[in-house]
Amino acid sequence: MSALARPSIIGDALETAGAWLLALVWALPILYAFWTAFHPGEFATRFSLLAPWTLENFANAWNAAPFARYFLNTVVLVTMILAGQLVLCTLAAYAFARFTFVGHNVAFALVLVQLMIMPDVLIVENYRTMRLLGVLDTTLAMALPYMASAFGIFLLRQTFKTVPRELDEAARVEGCGPLQTLWKVYVPLAKPVYIAFGLVSVSYHWNNFLWPLIVTNSVSTRPLTVGLAVFSGSDQGIDWSIITAATFLSVAPLLVAFLLFQRQFVQSFMQAGIK
Amino acid sequence: MRSKGWGVLIAGPRAGARVTRSARNMAHLYGWLLLLPAAALLALFTHYPALGTIYHSFYSTPRANRPSVYVGLDNYQSMVEDPVFWQAVTNNLIFCIGTIPASIALALLMAVWVNGKIRGRGLLRTAFFTPTILPMIAVANIWMFFYTPDYGLIDQIRGLFGLPGFNWLGTRNTALWCLIVVTVWKEAGFFMIFYLAALQQIPPDLSEAAAIEGSSRWYFFRRVTFPLLMPTTLFVLVNAVINSFRMVDHVVVMTRGGPDNATSLLLFHIYEVGFKFWDVGYAAALTVVLLAVLALVALGQFFALDRRIHYR
Amino acid sequence: MSKSWTTKLATAALAAALSTGLGGVAIAPAAAQTEVSFYYPIAVGGPVTKIIDQMAADFEKENPGLKVKPIYSGSYQDTITKVLTALKGGDAPQLSVILAVDIFTLIDEDAIVAIDDIVKTDEDRAWLKSFYPGFMENSQTGGKTWGVPFQRSTPVLYWNKELFKEAGLDPEKPPRNWAEQIEFAKKLTKRDASGNTTQWGIQIPSSGFPYWLFQGFTTQNGLRIMNTAGTQTYFDDPRVIEALQYWIDLSSVHKVHPPGITEWGTTPRDFMERKIAMMWQTTGNLTNVRNNAKFPFGVGMLPANKTPGAPTGGGNFYVFKKSTPAQQEASLKFMKWVTQPARAAQWSIDTGYVAVTPAAWETDVMKKYVAEFPAALVARDQLQHAVAELSTHDNQRVTKVFNDGLQAALTGAKPAEQAMKDAQREADRILRPYRR
Repeated sequence: MSALARPSIIGDALETAGAWLLALVWALPILYAFWTAFHPGEFATRFSLLAPWTLENFANAWNAAPFARYFLNTVVLVTMILAGQLVLCTLAAYAFARFTFVGHNVAFALVLVQLMIMPDVLIVENYRTMRLLGVLDTTLAMALPYMASAFGIFLLRQTFKTVPRELDEAARVEGCGPLQTLWKVYVPLAKPVYIAFGLVSVSYHWNNFLWPLIVTNSVSTRPLTVGLAVFSGSDQGIDWSIITAATFLSVAPLLVAFLLFQRQFVQSFMQAGIK
Repeated sequence: MRSKGWGVLIAGPRAGARVTRSARNMAHLYGWLLLLPAAALLALFTHYPALGTIYHSFYSTPRANRPSVYVGLDNYQSMVEDPVFWQAVTNNLIFCIGTIPASIALALLMAVWVNGKIRGRGLLRTAFFTPTILPMIAVANIWMFFYTPDYGLIDQIRGLFGLPGFNWLGTRNTALWCLIVVTVWKEAGFFMIFYLAALQQIPPDLSEAAAIEGSSRWYFFRRVTFPLLMPTTLFVLVNAVINSFRMVDHVVVMTRGGPDNATSLLLFHIYEVGFKFWDVGYAAALTVVLLAVLALVALGQFFALDRRIHYR
Repeated sequence: MSKSWTTKLATAALAAALSTGLGGVAIAPAAAQTEVSFYYPIAVGGPVTKIIDQMAADFEKENPGLKVKPIYSGSYQDTITKVLTALKGGDAPQLSVILAVDIFTLIDEDAIVAIDDIVKTDEDRAWLKSFYPGFMENSQTGGKTWGVPFQRSTPVLYWNKELFKEAGLDPEKPPRNWAEQIEFAKKLTKRDASGNTTQWGIQIPSSGFPYWLFQGFTTQNGLRIMNTAGTQTYFDDPRVIEALQYWIDLSSVHKVHPPGITEWGTTPRDFMERKIAMMWQTTGNLTNVRNNAKFPFGVGMLPANKTPGAPTGGGNFYVFKKSTPAQQEASLKFMKWVTQPARAAQWSIDTGYVAVTPAAWETDVMKKYVAEFPAALVARDQLQHAVAELSTHDNQRVTKVFNDGLQAALTGAKPAEQAMKDAQREADRILRPYRR
């Protein structure tokens, strides 16, 4: 946009400075966390270029909870949710985008209800349901309420609607059934949306805390965020060195993936044309 | 699933006259079959529990030797008389006013900058977006250091200007705003992505044409870009509103609702009543209020958004 | 909502699951083994999970046929939440560590069995009498014992000896009474040229659960803040109001305490950063401060007023009703095993909790530890003045009312008297149904 009319060098410079200032403010907590995680505890509150570097905080954090197991649990959980969401949301979005059926509008409105009433709000009732289903303390229990994502359905419906009808008519002429058409025409065209949605879903559920805490109670099912909770709510007060180290331990894969693929990440959002 | 007729049924109104009764039935069937798995889960984990909440709000909390009984509007009566409820509602409104416009405006500003030819925009984008992917629990703990009186980062910076330390989280008037700042910090980058996506859709020749005509950037933004971004703004707005009623992790970590309920948000109050006091009946009544607020605000906005996209 | 209806549905679901073979894993094999699932919260740093897992493994080795499955259940708050939710769902543990003050909640929910009812031998009964009475106060009501002390603590005064020296005070002598506390704190408060405070004399944190440390003040002022039946509180007693005014005056009149609500979580750090010269903190912080303070520090009893005094705090073992006699027996065995003097001593050294029996302090390992670190003894000595932590029926709600009142007074929103009268009125309203 800076290519626009009446480019003023001073104005541009000011704007750049403003942008950088804001970015600095935004990055500060993370830079602080990074600094603290790699330095001894006494440097958590003062900054010195001479402060020695250390990995001790990571060792302490790692020993305070079975992080390796939590990692595995989180990966399994996130994968399960995403897989469920991709299948369920694709089918439902296809129905809404290309089929006129009885109760179409009512059903769509009912789906949208979940955009407001997220499962996060309905913890007590959902716990009861999980108990009746006999799936307490399983990854499935953590995943189930999130699998049918209204956000995913809505997003994919919007995308499917933009697919030219000529394409699926062509597929029909070739003798494809509805599911085949979905698979051969709609899904490939919506790939960027899938990637964008997948990234959002993964980062959301990687960081989700309350529901997993309530519905699981063994080391073999609990995810990373619950492990992180050991470090807040402690009688001993806040040890920022260990908290920051533990934070990096638990979000490292997400952070690294984002930093490596951020271009694709943002790109996929743009191609998805979410607006 | 090979059927000669199915193409007709998805062809919609265009093929109206030719649609036979059986084809229409097929369409209904297909539609529902495709929807069924998602609908079942939604019904089980969204609609049923939401209705269950309403049902339970008319019943007393079961205790070991006092089973739950129908109490009519008693729980709602307690709610009206509960000063903490009103405080939480007020706080939540302030929280909305504090977080929503600020995070949306910042998101838009960030998106415009990152979309332009600014130096180092990759780094800028990373800086803006990274907070989004960190867990709130950890983030809240890190921010507590910033707010710590005297040697916390904010007070260290203030100290450079000779200002005294201030107890940010321990003072009634500032505690809620501290939470608001953390929320804006965490959310703006997420909303930025949506704006960025939308900005990339605006054809560059539009701005080139405007440049030739000599209109100012601000004028172009106000008259062209911003209106084009309206659907995005609505979408982001809905999300921001919902988030401001849904987020409670930072309250738990940073203030536990204190000092003296100055940072108690509606959902936090529900959490306290439901999971600390175990007054599920009353918690249900509180939840109904929250559900009603969310339903009203978001449904209205959402249909506005949907229409926009249709008619674009 | 009818209970039997839910139960029926649950049973039906279970039966269905079983018949389809899905529920096979949910049902424990009917072997000769007795398994006890054991919830424990973590409220201190350090590798607590590892210590507990090791304890369980050692116990199993010594007691073939018994299995203890420790389940880390989050914070204390998470644990009671989880247990109460699970009770309604039938997936409750057989043994759990929960806050001592939750005793009435657990009794009201008909969740736990009295320990007296599961002890059998005289040896068991002797064991039950081996704990410090200060800890047992919170474990008993209505003539019965419901909990067994385990992760227990008490608040003590920490002071920075270096800053005492700088201020011309004897670094070995902490303030012994309220007047000295103010006097010392005044000497220890430093202001710069422009009048900004650079060092506070004292900090008594008031975030989250201010009632706990405040109970130090009220006990020192000669009052127990509730009755043992858990049906009556005395929040508007003049001695409470006087105590609260003293706390408020520390910052508003004497300017030796930071204003507003001071954060519990950052107080140890404030102390280590030399921002405060004295603090009231739990004994659970001893190890933390010892490892991280870069200056010599002292630990002493809380200063007295009419009498010395402090509350106790922390968690007890509770045995749940939904367990078989064999499981209850196994739970008892485990509790006895864990609280054996040597093991209680080691647990105390590893975590900073106060060893719960006098015998634990007589063990060699403890004696050696105390010789190295005499500060650990203060908690023991204070126990003779310690009283039960605030605990009533509908405890969380009453406690919140009290906390809100304290915070309102400390932030200047209400005068002390008004705040306490309001709190008492609310507490009366909440407790009325339990007084019948």
